[in-house]
Amino acid sequence: MKRPAVLTGEYFILGDYACAEGALAAGCRFFAGYPITPATEIAERMSYRMPEVGGIYIQMEDELASMAAIIGASCGGVKAMTATSGPGFSLMLENIGLAVMMEVPCVVVNVQRGAPSTGLPTLVGQGDVMQARWGSHGDYEIVAYAPSSVQEMFDLTVKAFNTAERYRIPVILLADEAVGHLTEKLVIPPEEELTIINRMPPQDPPGEYLPYRADDSLVPPMANAGEGYFVHMTGLTHDERGYPIITGEAHEKLIRRLIQKIRSHADEIIEYEEVELDDADIVVIAYGITARAALRAVRDARAQGIKAGLLRLITVWPFPEKKIQDLAQRVDTFVVAEINQGQIRREVERFVDRPDRVIGVNKLGGDLITPNEILEVLCQPSPK
Amino acid sequence: MAHKEIQFAGFGGQGIVLAGYITGKAVSLYDGKSASMTQSYGPEARGGACSSGVVVSDDASKPVDYPKVREPDILVVMSQEAYHKYIDHLKPGGILIYDADLVTPEPARSDIQAYAIPATRIAEEKIGKRIVANVVMLGALVGLTGVVSEESMRKAIQTSVKKDYVELNDQAYTLGLEAAKQVEVSSHAEN
Repeated sequence: MKRPAVLTGEYFILGDYACAEGALAAGCRFFAGYPITPATEIAERMSYRMPEVGGIYIQMEDELASMAAIIGASCGGVKAMTATSGPGFSLMLENIGLAVMMEVPCVVVNVQRGAPSTGLPTLVGQGDVMQARWGSHGDYEIVAYAPSSVQEMFDLTVKAFNTAERYRIPVILLADEAVGHLTEKLVIPPEEELTIINRMPPQDPPGEYLPYRADDSLVPPMANAGEGYFVHMTGLTHDERGYPIITGEAHEKLIRRLIQKIRSHADEIIEYEEVELDDADIVVIAYGITARAALRAVRDARAQGIKAGLLRLITVWPFPEKKIQDLAQRVDTFVVAEINQGQIRREVERFVDRPDRVIGVNKLGGDLITPNEILEVLCQPSPK
Repeated sequence: MAHKEIQFAGFGGQGIVLAGYITGKAVSLYDGKSASMTQSYGPEARGGACSSGVVVSDDASKPVDYPKVREPDILVVMSQEAYHKYIDHLKPGGILIYDADLVTPEPARSDIQAYAIPATRIAEEKIGKRIVANVVMLGALVGLTGVVSEESMRKAIQTSVKKDYVELNDQAYTLGLEAAKQVEVSSHAEN
């Protein structure tokens, strides 16, 4: 049975499957990957859904090749995605840098598990947050979304493609095992109600078009292979023609633009959810599955008369530093809950005047942080 | 806002995860409520410890806050190992439903309601296929707790199993509902 790409309707479905459906709805027609727990179900779903929609599914020999394949597919004009977990993500990092440098839109899903190394294949972790930010070598900006429900596994995958296409960047969907393996209701809207963004095509005819010449948006229009344009792409520092230029001056110009094209649009990219923040004295910051425990803890704390609130990060990168600075003016204490040893806590500390106003609730992976573990901290007296 | 937690547990191959999935589907797609289903199992294809949990909330407008079972209101067990692992988690006043031939509810708790349902025996003797024991249990769950409406559960079963097996599972479900009518609550204090 051939089903359409956008499976409009209501489902009770696994998070990983919702991610695959989000990709297809966004227009993804190429998936290359190497199955790995807990992301295998994304590859599995793609393996039978891609043929249904006329797309291509390839099981690659490893994750280096998977990442290279989706870059190639995207250069050919096809929206492309791969999905992995920590060990595979480590292998993809070099080519993620290549996608940044060549400005190739693509989506990389990392369903995080307990780590380092092969760690806890079947159990949850949130330890790849800094790896997502800085894992490839050099200075660059990255966009990473952290879904905290099955619905968001769909919605944020669509958004990841839109952001990738709009800014010509690799975008990371930083999921976790618990959300990937969670089964909940998913509503897929009618196709015409979905917002889909596609890369800007060349505005100049062949001969005049320069593949890396950008206007004020800092995002160059993209010619796909086979459309009649001469395009040269390289990981080396290059000029507007895409030709290697190995000078400090050319490097300054290129890398400054690559960084600024994200930083200057940070306000449009950054997303978060605010719960009970208006009068909050103590604010929990959480993302992914941990935000669900934090939400429960905040509601339980409110029931006890504690003025608690939640800032749920939807994008972990770029980091919402302005929002933290703003909250720091009127909030006593921040509680950062995450299944790692304080990767986002340290980011929060950077934007709060006193580090003792920031408390971490941390685990190493394997188990979720429970609502009670956060609630205990919310019930403690303020350090002020 | 009503909030209920259901824990299913047994060993791999009994359809424990499918039971959780069908229950969650019935709640969230057909009963107009919200449900989250989580699962846990080992690397073995069959025989290892296996569990699934369903958290139900009356508010259909958003997902349940915390999706994992913390303190189940209802515990459905189909192996002795699962009984030992989960019986202490069951909320005081909670409901235990266990496979009468696979589980001896000892050490017993006196602060719960316990129901012995011979689900595997019913599946074997009346249908000739023990693999539908999990669906017999779903019938018992609906009959004894009302946590899901009878029609929603039936619809969720029919839409979750392969076409050739719809009738078989439908029959298993009906037998489970009947078993729930016949069973008597055993307050463990009497033992």
